[in-house]
Amino acid sequence: MDNQIRTILKQHGKLGSDAMSLAEDADLYQAGMTSHASVNVMLALEGAFDVEFPDRMLKRSVFESIRNMRAAIEELTGGR
Amino acid sequence: MTKPLENAQSIAREIARVHADDVDRQARFPKEAVDALRSAKLLGASAPVALGGLGSSVTELVAMCQALGQACSTTGMVFAMHHIQVASMVLHPGTNGAMAKYVKEICEKQWLIASVTSEVGVGGDLRRSACAIETTGDTFSVVKDATTISYGAQADGLLLTARRSADAAPSDQAMVWLRPGDYTLEKKGNWDTLGMRGTCSPPFRVTAKGKADQVMTEPFSDVGPLTMVPFSHLLWGGVWLGLATEAVSRARAFVRAEARRSPGAPGANALRLSELQAQLQSLRSLVYAMADEYQASLVNKVDKDLLLSVGYALRLNNLKLVASQSIAQMVTAAMPICGIMGYKNDSQFSLGRLLRDSFSAQLMINNDRIHMTNAQLLQVYKDDS
Repeated sequence: MDNQIRTILKQHGKLGSDAMSLAEDADLYQAGMTSHASVNVMLALEGAFDVEFPDRMLKRSVFESIRNMRAAIEELTGGR
Repeated sequence: MTKPLENAQSIAREIARVHADDVDRQARFPKEAVDALRSAKLLGASAPVALGGLGSSVTELVAMCQALGQACSTTGMVFAMHHIQVASMVLHPGTNGAMAKYVKEICEKQWLIASVTSEVGVGGDLRRSACAIETTGDTFSVVKDATTISYGAQADGLLLTARRSADAAPSDQAMVWLRPGDYTLEKKGNWDTLGMRGTCSPPFRVTAKGKADQVMTEPFSDVGPLTMVPFSHLLWGGVWLGLATEAVSRARAFVRAEARRSPGAPGANALRLSELQAQLQSLRSLVYAMADEYQASLVNKVDKDLLLSVGYALRLNNLKLVASQSIAQMVTAAMPICGIMGYKNDSQFSLGRLLRDSFSAQLMINNDRIHMTNAQLLQVYKDDS
């Protein structure tokens, strides 16, 4: 799952650093992800993992690191 | 001791209102009203008492903006823009506490602070800068070509956005506090506009240097969504609500005078007034509900998660969109009520200045840009909570 998230970040995150080698708890907003880019990341994640993030998850803390995104997706897929 | 809000209301009534037409006609800074606000210590309203301010809540600040905006939109907007800057410094004191020290100085000296966010070449995008802060040891320098600085020439200090360093990305911005004497301004154009003429907002080149601790440690990617954008939309909303209140009040005075001349069943104008009053009430509710919600988030030590959510960004943007569109509609709707007396510039029912000022609202951060942002956010937002 991490690799898929990293690939999406690479495509849509507009990060200043390499998404494939970022620490999983690195702050993506500090790494240059704008709110505009983060929406594209959310859309791509919803498509790739066949999930819908409910509004309560649509906040910066959920998408600020690879680890937090993975936790959110796992919560929605229930480990399916 | 009279309360800060009452002071602002009496300055609005007794000073800002008296000079409003002259400020507009001559496109001059509302000096009398700003001097009065300064004397009443109201330029420190948004700072806490501990830093020498008046400790006014966001809701009180909105009410001050409304009162000033009703009397003179320009004065209201200057007051609003000043406090957006002060609040950005108050709420982001930085790890070294430097901003708190500077806020204290601002309150003590009652300095007026202008904003330098716009820049040539970034296309109106608040969240990108071209210019960069160059730090050498414990000093910095920066040069910025701003497309507009409201009351730039009349302000005592500036709060400016720039890239944090020469090699930073356009979105990696910091805010910089510029004290009097830290900068020079080179005027690059004029400010001869349809409305909001007394805000005196021409383009300038800012050339500045100062001490390194004048650069905010917190990134603008936090200061923007947590403080500057909410304060902007709320305080502007207060000014616009005041403007609309004035237009409705002029229409109401006209209808009342008509009714007194020939008492009887309400005529067509009275029905138009009824529609207008409903629209005004809805705007007032919207502005104050959003102010109360934001104030509550501040009291709860800034509920960052709420303020940085897609839902909050959408609602705050909608406040700006709805308020800015509805005030132009309301002034326009007041025009047929007041008729030729509204059309005249020298009548007590005149609507010309209000109508011209109202059009600025949809342009200061262009509504199209905000719709584009909302359109994007709506691709993920479900409105399910």
